[in-house]
Amino acid sequence: MKLINKVLTGMALTAMTATAAQASTLEDVRAAGELKCIVTTGLAGFAAPDANGRWEGFDADFCRAVAAAVLGDGDKVKFVPSTGKTRFTMLSSGEGDILFRNTTETLSRDVDLKLSFLPVNFYDGQGFMVPAALGVTSAMELDGASVCIQTGTTTELNLADYFRANGMSYEPVPMETNEEAFTNYVAGRCDVYTTDASGLASTRAKTDDPTQHVVLPEIISKEPLGGAVRHGDDQWHDIGKWVVNALINAEEMGVTQANAMNLAANVGKNPGINRLVGSSGSMGAMLGLDAKWAARAVAQGGNYGEIYERNVGPNTPLEIARGLNNLWNNGGVLYAAPIR
Amino acid sequence: MSTPTSNTNPLLRAWYDKETRSIIVQIIAAALILAFFSFIINNAVVNLSNIGKDINFSFLWDDASYDINQHLIEYSSTSSHFRAMIVGLINTLLVAVAGIVLATILGFLLGVMRLSSNWLTQKIAYVYIEYMRNVPVLLHILLLHGLIITSLPRPKGSYNFGDTFFLNNRGFQMPSPEFQSLFWVVSGSVVGGLAFAWWFSRHAQKVQDTTGKAYPVALINIAAIVLLPLVVYFILGSPIEWDVPALKGFNFKGGMVIRPEFIALWLALSLYTAAFIGEIVRAGIVAIDHGQTEAAQALGISNSRVLNLVVIPQALRVIIPPLTSQYLNLAKNSSLALAIGYMDVVATIGGISLNQTGREMECMLIVMGIYLAISLIISSGMNWYNNRMQLVER
Repeated sequence: MKLINKVLTGMALTAMTATAAQASTLEDVRAAGELKCIVTTGLAGFAAPDANGRWEGFDADFCRAVAAAVLGDGDKVKFVPSTGKTRFTMLSSGEGDILFRNTTETLSRDVDLKLSFLPVNFYDGQGFMVPAALGVTSAMELDGASVCIQTGTTTELNLADYFRANGMSYEPVPMETNEEAFTNYVAGRCDVYTTDASGLASTRAKTDDPTQHVVLPEIISKEPLGGAVRHGDDQWHDIGKWVVNALINAEEMGVTQANAMNLAANVGKNPGINRLVGSSGSMGAMLGLDAKWAARAVAQGGNYGEIYERNVGPNTPLEIARGLNNLWNNGGVLYAAPIR
Repeated sequence: MSTPTSNTNPLLRAWYDKETRSIIVQIIAAALILAFFSFIINNAVVNLSNIGKDINFSFLWDDASYDINQHLIEYSSTSSHFRAMIVGLINTLLVAVAGIVLATILGFLLGVMRLSSNWLTQKIAYVYIEYMRNVPVLLHILLLHGLIITSLPRPKGSYNFGDTFFLNNRGFQMPSPEFQSLFWVVSGSVVGGLAFAWWFSRHAQKVQDTTGKAYPVALINIAAIVLLPLVVYFILGSPIEWDVPALKGFNFKGGMVIRPEFIALWLALSLYTAAFIGEIVRAGIVAIDHGQTEAAQALGISNSRVLNLVVIPQALRVIIPPLTSQYLNLAKNSSLALAIGYMDVVATIGGISLNQTGREMECMLIVMGIYLAISLIISSGMNWYNNRMQLVER
């Protein structure tokens, strides 16, 4: 009887742990002492391990900023690589706490996949790349072409829509990862390689001779890329959302990686900056964090502009101009809600 | 009570009874298994509802919105997920059936080569088998696909076979038939030929059983199945028009194409499985006592008939059961299609549809159900054949 009792208690305990995984994500992250951040398997400029195995890139920096705000240390991030297909399952099954994986916000993902999107941190659109030798100058000339795509992405759907809308035919060549799709393109299995324009820039920069590949002028879709968290934990969603907003606001107010901690130490003249860096007000407490959350996030990898310039900007191999991703008062569409 | 171990407690008495005890143990075991699975299922349902998901298959009727390059039935991006699943299923079946056929032919050839008295033939088969079956099949698939797309020319430099067949790294392009109105007569004559062959085989068997006279059954049947339709075809003035592929723009237009993904997967699966089948065939033939062959030869039967009538029917009894496992392996290994982008059932409903709809549980259940069904069909077919081949006791 004792044995049966033990077995029953054991089963009851497992049942509880199995179903009680819905505690607060913030508490889980604090208990674990690290932030599990879902990123790509490797897309130069966005998230890819460098020669020393340290993850670098635009998305990786956003992961670190969140870790800095929540845990006080931007290096307490465990990067979880995912393919286009596995990313959402990994997030909803709890293998990651937050997702920064150049992911397009769409209605069905938001509603049906039960995600909560963070503010857009990169405005992108789908483009095409072809070998320069083909002499193609417009996407409208691509009738009958073979197109390499990464499966499980909005890319695949936009492609089908675009060719259908324009009455053109094509042969889709679907591949599991960005890397494989590009290998097939280089080998000549397809004439065209398509993904988001930022991804094209990243991939083109990696080729032996980037001048042999042309990115066509057409952008066939809107791809607002942003982070995401699971539905149902509003506090955790708020934290992610306001870290992104804080980084954008920091650029607008001139708070940088270099001066963020200094500004946080003293109460300055600008009340907006004071609220952001936590030298006055109680913004952090409202989020369930401490006062210096945003200051640490900025001090980790810099404000939005610094992160952009370091990873994907015109002075990097990716050479992506700020364009839409500039501040609203600088010709772009970045317009973060104020921290007050 | 006569025995000293007897007990007045009826429960304990039941426990000491061997048969009752075995029933009690079985009931407890069944209850535990049932409890375990209901716990797992309940756990999944509770966790899914915690993250706000239900189990619902209605997404199958929504637009798939993606394209599939190889579809043997009508399909476009406005078709439903269900249709995408059928397209994928057909692609899986196509590569599995083609693979099983080729693997069987190659496997029997390899098995016979392994037993050849010719040193070179025997060693070639030996080296081939050891290489193929000791390297994972995924690597064979990737290697073949890589070879095809990198070593074959691009469409502009295609290998041209008489302006009708073209080979390049987009696949093997060939003319596709367009059936004219009178073609049904040709189809009818094929059916007629098959029916005749079936009847004639039985008739010839009967004649041979009663009189001992043997007809050249194979030759006559081939003539009926192949020649008859051919004659009808030409009498009717060739009621098929051929749509010949031609290079237009980026790719060949018209005709049909066998894509590199299919070729790589098909060849890799067949070449790999053939190595295992070769060993099974060798074991089957070796298992037949040499005395059987000698006895048949002593009766003055020709060598080929010794093989056909004495050795092979007995060897098949040893070969078929392990052969079934190989067929099952091949069918299931076809899911490695994912690695090179061949659109099988895993890549369609278990891949893109799953990802675009976020219905992991449902899609995976469907895919598992499909593979289970395919495997059960293969096994039951092979079991039926096995039963026919068993010794008939008289």
